[in-house]
Amino acid sequence: MADHDNAYSGLLVNDAHWAFGTAPVSDGHGEDPLAGVDTTIPDGTDAATLGAYALMLGDDALVMSHRIAAWTSNAPDLEDDIALSNIALDLLGQARLLLARAARADESIVPALPEGSPVPAEDALAFFREAHEFRNVRLAEVANGDFAEVTVRVLLFSVWRLAVWEQLRASRDSVLAAVAAKGVKELAYHRDYAARWFVTLAGGTDESRRRLLGALDALWPLWPELFDAHATEVAAAASGVGVDPSTVRDSAEATLDLVLDAAGVQRPEVARRAGVMGRFGRDGMHDEPLSLLLAEMQSVARAHPLGQW
Amino acid sequence: MVRLMSRTSELARATAARVTDPELPMLTLHDLGILRDVEVVASGHVVVDITPTYSGCPAMATMRDDLIRELNGVGFDQVEVRVSLEPAWTTDWITPEGRAALSAAGISPPGPARSSSGPIPLSLSPTARLIRCPQCDSTATELISEFGSTACKALYRCADCLEPFDHVKEI
Repeated sequence: MADHDNAYSGLLVNDAHWAFGTAPVSDGHGEDPLAGVDTTIPDGTDAATLGAYALMLGDDALVMSHRIAAWTSNAPDLEDDIALSNIALDLLGQARLLLARAARADESIVPALPEGSPVPAEDALAFFREAHEFRNVRLAEVANGDFAEVTVRVLLFSVWRLAVWEQLRASRDSVLAAVAAKGVKELAYHRDYAARWFVTLAGGTDESRRRLLGALDALWPLWPELFDAHATEVAAAASGVGVDPSTVRDSAEATLDLVLDAAGVQRPEVARRAGVMGRFGRDGMHDEPLSLLLAEMQSVARAHPLGQW
Repeated sequence: MVRLMSRTSELARATAARVTDPELPMLTLHDLGILRDVEVVASGHVVVDITPTYSGCPAMATMRDDLIRELNGVGFDQVEVRVSLEPAWTTDWITPEGRAALSAAGISPPGPARSSSGPIPLSLSPTARLIRCPQCDSTATELISEFGSTACKALYRCADCLEPFDHVKEI
């Protein structure tokens, strides 16, 4: 039973300190974000496909959340510090639900931990996989730049993700449908926040416009990758649980053009970033910054796989 | 027996409904619309359904612990707290009592939520809301930030009394 007079008591389990991830509750296990949710796999859906698909959407949110969270205490002013922290928190929540859903669909994707570890499946997926096992799009992992960079990145990411999730609300998987129904409301706030800053920076000073255009040129090569249809996404779409991202490209670009027009900015004419032997983020092929991000994010968990120190 | 069960159900409901939100302690989980269902499934065994306000709501674990503690306290030994994701929470579920409690605490209650079916149109200007200052009732209020001290709030300022205040944003 929780001791509400002692703020530290919740951090203590079996006299040991909770080291990372989801706080264990009194029974020694983390609170299950899908407790009581019907996670039955829809008829005719391949469990491995559903798991792999949920993992992709979850990894996008997890990696993007980690990048944006690094802005906490570093934004130009307090309001934007709070805004970016809130956006990171929303994405972390989406990641947790999606990784939990992925694990429930296909337990074989969850890394094995030492006997007795109370670490829940979603934390095991977040903290105990290598870079090549992450399935996020590469836009999410780019190393952080200046405020113009995070503005452009949140804009591109949210416009794309919202276009996908508007369709995902109709998923035959009731968990993905529910996560999407909640997520679209959050993503609309993220997109509109970034879009307003995009227009503001474009119409601000020569310096703010220069930085904004620089960020757009730097990130634009990763935009087409968002709409590549990976075999898992195609299979998930075919069985009615997922969305083929190539089908939302027109609507996403129409929305993005509204922002570019309002800002008086042209689409950059730069080529897309090549994959490596035809492999991209969805295939587990990442750029070096993801390895550095994971080294930082995972080091405590890797050192304390029992979740305590 | 039927009457006994219904009295027990009422006790479970009333107890769960009294639990307050950890971040908005002037509101109960019932007022917020977070508490979706309370069911006594067997003697001493109650199942509670709650729904998160935001995907990343960090208060869910605390709400779960508080519900278990309060229900244990009135004699339910086995308390199961389940997450209900569908339908997604909306500020439209905040009760009139909850709205009044928010105002009394200096927090502006949300207006009607925008529909979330179909494509959500881009909005390049700050969300237009007619908001009354919870301190002086003036409508001369301006948005400082769409993101406030918690995920569910925006930050406003009153141009008349100059007080900043939170507004629970429509979702």
